[in-house]
Amino acid sequence: MKRYLQVVWAVLWKDLRIELRTKDIFTSMAVFAVLALMIFNFAFELRVPDKTMVIPGVLWVTITFSGVLGLGRAFISEKDRGSMAGLLLAPVDRSAIYFGKMLASLIFILVMEVFLLPLMVIFFNANFISLPLLLVLFLGTLGFAAVGTVFSGLAVNTRTREVLLPVLLFPVMLPVLMAGIRATIGFMEGDALADMMKWVNLLIFFDLLYLVVAYMTFDFVVEE
Amino acid sequence: MSLSRRLLQILNFAALVAMLIAVYAALVLAPDAINVDPSIRPAQRIIYFHVPSAWSSMLAFFVAFIASILYLITKHIRWDIWARAASELGIAFTVAAIISGSLWAKPAWNTYWTWDPRLTTYTIVLLLYIAYFMLRGAIDEPGRRARMAAVYGIFAFLSVPLTFMSIRWWNTIHPVIVDAPENTNKFGLGPNMMNAFMITNIAFIILFVTLLANRISLGWAEERMDALKERLNF
Repeated sequence: MKRYLQVVWAVLWKDLRIELRTKDIFTSMAVFAVLALMIFNFAFELRVPDKTMVIPGVLWVTITFSGVLGLGRAFISEKDRGSMAGLLLAPVDRSAIYFGKMLASLIFILVMEVFLLPLMVIFFNANFISLPLLLVLFLGTLGFAAVGTVFSGLAVNTRTREVLLPVLLFPVMLPVLMAGIRATIGFMEGDALADMMKWVNLLIFFDLLYLVVAYMTFDFVVEE
Repeated sequence: MSLSRRLLQILNFAALVAMLIAVYAALVLAPDAINVDPSIRPAQRIIYFHVPSAWSSMLAFFVAFIASILYLITKHIRWDIWARAASELGIAFTVAAIISGSLWAKPAWNTYWTWDPRLTTYTIVLLLYIAYFMLRGAIDEPGRRARMAAVYGIFAFLSVPLTFMSIRWWNTIHPVIVDAPENTNKFGLGPNMMNAFMITNIAFIILFVTLLANRISLGWAEERMDALKERLNF
């Protein structure tokens, strides 16, 4: 078990270090998120009576669209540098590679969210951030990274690569998006966490289910 | 070979007979639905096409799911052929269910489309399996394609109940569900209507099995053709 965690940590730390040096993923996700906020601002400006009404939708759509950019890189960079073979040759459990990669993607998206949230508070001039919302955001992002890392591994095997990733990912992610948006609406209207337990449970179930399925199937995704 | 061809012929014939009986059951045997407005009584008969299509599509996706799991366990090409065949049929039956549902919804609900949980889930399911075939289409190497498709098939199928649950919960908070007329249809079936309903369902399952068997045999033919091309450096 300790050895397993060491492998997970090694893969995670490798990805974090690459990111700390190049800042490729974070920069593209963050810039894209700001762009998305701008576009949403103009898209809703004229028609919506109160701009704060669209915050839940804007928040989750921005996270999904910008997150998929980061997820796409998880395996493409390995493949392009030719380091994928090296990673797979390592005499370790492949699921440990999955968890390392998954945690790296999770951290990248969470960091992007930390950047996005205050920005949204400023742009929409509404403080909608609360502790339960952060919990829901974390659970949603975990599910997103859990499924997204596997699908990123699928997409890297295809001719179209990152173009295919959103097409594969979004229909599966719909429950997470719906739970996230609905819970965010609830929290903004002052509902307590207890009122939203249905959605929180759905997210927890989604995360556990797909982490287990990913654990079981990841071997087949990276097999050569 | 000859045995399976004979089996296919028997199935094809059985499906033809079953579908003819289904047409009779839906149009003649089933009485008018007296509990709905006379103007939509003819449209109500779509139920004998719509519900069996929907059930067949679910059956198809379930077969694809099991075949995907079996492929990953055994790595036998057979299960890849099964999974692809069943997914294709699932898409066909889903489209049939969505179109027939829309045709019925226009007279009954006065709109082709509502964001009812079943409708929305079905559309997402359609997108899931279109993505499945896009994934297949984007990988050239057969073994890799089969593996990736099997993994995606498992993820896709598992998401269907979650999507359905979340859409239903979403709508129960906003009470705009318009499925009341559908419920009265479903639970208000008279004895002869129930017979027709069951007959058409069985007929569609026979049709599904027949199409699946044909598609699988076609899959094997494609497999053999690829092998031949390989040998001839075609």
